Amino acid sequence: MAEIEIQTAAAPAGRARQIGDIILEVEDITLTFGGLTAIDNVSFNVREHEIFSIIGPNGAGKSSMLNVINGVYHPQKGQITFNGKTRKQMKAHHSAAEGIARTFQNIALFKGMTVLDNVMTGRNKMMKSNFLTQAIYWGKGRREEMEHRRKVEDVIDFLEIQSIRKTPVGRLPYGLQKRVELARALAAEPKLLLLDEPMAGMNVEEKEDMCRFVLDINDEYGTTIILIEHDMGVVMDLSDRVVVLNYGGKITDGTPDEVCNNQAVIDAYLGVTE
Amino acid sequence: MSALDTFPKILLDNANKLASNPAIREKDYGIWQSWTWSEVATEIRKFACGLAAKGFKRGDKLAIAGDNRPKLYWAMTAAQCIGGVPVPMYQDAIADEFAHVIENADATFAVVEDQEQVDKLLEIKDRCQLLSEIIYEDPRGMTHYYQPFISSYEGIQELGAKFDQENPDFFMEEVNKSSGGDTAILLYTSGTTGRSKGVVLTFDNVIITARNGVEREGLNSHDEALAYLPMGWVGDNLFSYAQAYVAGYCVNCPESGETVINDMREIGPTYYFAPPPVYENILTQVKIRMEDASWISQKMFDYFMGVAKKVGTDILDKKPVSFADRLLYKLGDIFLYGPLKNVLGLSRIRLAYTAGEAIGPDLFLFFRSLGINIKQLYGQTEAMVFVCIQPNGEVYPDTVGTPAKDAEVKITEEGEVIYRSPGVFHSYYKEPEKTLETKTDEGWVYTGDAGYFLENGHLKIIDRVKDVGKMNDGTMFPPKYLENKLKFFPYIKEAVAFGHQKDYVTAFVCIDMQAVGNWAERRNLAYSGYTNLAAQPPVYELILDCINQVNRDLSEDPQLCNTQINRFLLLHKELDADDGELTRTRKVRRNFIDEKYPNLINALYDGSEKIKVQAQVKFEDGRVDTIEADLKIVEAQRVNIKEAEN
Repeated sequence: MAEIEIQTAAAPAGRARQIGDIILEVEDITLTFGGLTAIDNVSFNVREHEIFSIIGPNGAGKSSMLNVINGVYHPQKGQITFNGKTRKQMKAHHSAAEGIARTFQNIALFKGMTVLDNVMTGRNKMMKSNFLTQAIYWGKGRREEMEHRRKVEDVIDFLEIQSIRKTPVGRLPYGLQKRVELARALAAEPKLLLLDEPMAGMNVEEKEDMCRFVLDINDEYGTTIILIEHDMGVVMDLSDRVVVLNYGGKITDGTPDEVCNNQAVIDAYLGVTE
Repeated sequence: MSALDTFPKILLDNANKLASNPAIREKDYGIWQSWTWSEVATEIRKFACGLAAKGFKRGDKLAIAGDNRPKLYWAMTAAQCIGGVPVPMYQDAIADEFAHVIENADATFAVVEDQEQVDKLLEIKDRCQLLSEIIYEDPRGMTHYYQPFISSYEGIQELGAKFDQENPDFFMEEVNKSSGGDTAILLYTSGTTGRSKGVVLTFDNVIITARNGVEREGLNSHDEALAYLPMGWVGDNLFSYAQAYVAGYCVNCPESGETVINDMREIGPTYYFAPPPVYENILTQVKIRMEDASWISQKMFDYFMGVAKKVGTDILDKKPVSFADRLLYKLGDIFLYGPLKNVLGLSRIRLAYTAGEAIGPDLFLFFRSLGINIKQLYGQTEAMVFVCIQPNGEVYPDTVGTPAKDAEVKITEEGEVIYRSPGVFHSYYKEPEKTLETKTDEGWVYTGDAGYFLENGHLKIIDRVKDVGKMNDGTMFPPKYLENKLKFFPYIKEAVAFGHQKDYVTAFVCIDMQAVGNWAERRNLAYSGYTNLAAQPPVYELILDCINQVNRDLSEDPQLCNTQINRFLLLHKELDADDGELTRTRKVRRNFIDEKYPNLINALYDGSEKIKVQAQVKFEDGRVDTIEADLKIVEAQRVNIKEAEN
């Protein structure tokens, strides 16, 4: 991870949306698995419309942190305030209902289903009509489905995946599968989007596309984004603020510039000679 | 209203007579959205008035750039409604090329598809002083463009609706001011030779040509076309715009460049246009997919394609075919041709055109034998697309048909094709000298193409006039025609023919490494590389067969009988643009080859049986290496050679 020194931190230019109030407040979170402490007393906050990155070496607790935020893991200590609601523990469906959507480090799509169907599942929690009317595609169920399809088509158009709309996901190359996963998260019209290494394993061109999409989402929909990413160039270019974790603890947070020049961060990445 | 001599007048007439017929469709949000003729007329009226409200005046030019979108087509008519001239551009051109067109055309307004095109225009805005208004169709990413001269399509339409209310007579007055002799459109030539020129076409040029085409082919308001070729190209203007207005058929805009194949299948157009590479692509797709098919499917494919090859074109041309063959063909239609055409989106094709370059006879006959009426036409931007079309039932792979209605085609003494037709352009924009060079006072246009008429009245185009040479016995020698004939064989990648000021014709041939390599593998022929493969005697025999066949073809044409290839050799390397032998667009650079291989050319004429070559090869990483080889020279069979009369 020697790149950290050579990166120049450029502030994201020309953003239409003003960064607003604090939307997510993470306070004193501690998460342990048996005797292992994955996250140790970490606090930070994320503001509305912000692109916020979590970085750190492998095993620093980044993905665990995302899992805590969207309610998959339940921390032993601390509390999370999202959108004015404070709670100690959140269930995954609560967080979805509150407007938190995410993508996964390892793609978690339905491989045998088409892109369109996969993206439609992103709107599942918003479908109100009962199973029967949906099954026979009549009346309210039908109207509702049409409405949702329209929203999904917006997302498909936005992420430029029209040409693979009817293709089963399993047949797509990796980079496109990542994009489909993003589409599904976006279909839920989230307030807060959690992206777990969206560019891992991509080639340069795919990465550039993905960066563009992340910025566009933030721009057009005003979505607040929390990003985990190992590519420091990407992180420094995209992020408004960054938090650095190491061995479960927080080292520092701040703008990309501040973080880059922090001695503790450099030590954590490059190691210290004793 | 007076005669229907402008597009706005035709539009209003269609909106009246075909009010509820679909005029245009676009796939958006995964569904085909349609607009009827009357809806289209309303949309165009709003936009036209909006342009006027923004200060667009009679005679102003409106630049247009983007993929085929209904709103961009509407912008063309909208400009024409108020006396303006649309200037469609190639959407993938770089900013610099945009600048040339916009500057040259004096465009004041531009309507473009999306952010990408807006960015290109902003980049060149300083150079194009007259450009005062940019209108975009797709709002994506446009939120922080604060510049006052950028507006959205809808914004202009809103403005137009208001303007129309305040000046209710304005629109109709403007429409009625224009007539057939006014400029309809300014189209830029592709510019392969120097800077592109603006071709001024009047309403009469476009509409009469379109009407003649519609009448000849019987197009009507029930036809469907797919608009997928660049809007800046004259062909798209004819097929997706002019003829659609005249015949009243529906034009379908695909969702995006990548979805064309899928969208085509959903629409099933009845009227289709594609240049030869598109057809070639389709055929390659079919072949690749057949290789993966099951054994039984492959057998069926081979068998029924055999049947189609034998009788398919005759059935299409309504020639007598035996009852048994007809039955077999029907069967083939059920099992193969029908499903195949369905997959390709070609089921409903009544009429398909190809033009732009020579099409290989095998490729051409493949589609015709399936019952797809694909025909060639010949023309250029200056003629509003076509002057010659192949008539139904008289379609031959190597001619471009007979002159279209009202078109006259002649051959000058130098063998150049010249024509006069209602579609002949008014002038090159702002370039009177160039207009005079190309067009005579009587309206004859010099094409620069060499060709001649066959006995059946069909025109045959053979080469560019400047490349056509003369053999010592006086026979004209069109190198590209011979080379194309050779290149239609899958085993031959490139060829260079010699014969200018010689007694007989000879050729260099480059094998197609992939095709010949596969062929060699199937025959267990070991080889170590290109040079080695090209020197193998069986490969020489393979190519000799091809050349003999070309010679037989040539012998049937009295004009070209003496251009049969006498001796040839297989080059030790592929012709390559990196070595300067080809242009970047893969055209042979004849002078360069004459200078580079004089001893090889001499050997072709001095009777020797082989020649040693030493050649420097530049690899892609910049290294230079020398290869040495003995090239054999082989004599081909020639038939019916006429001796020169001395």
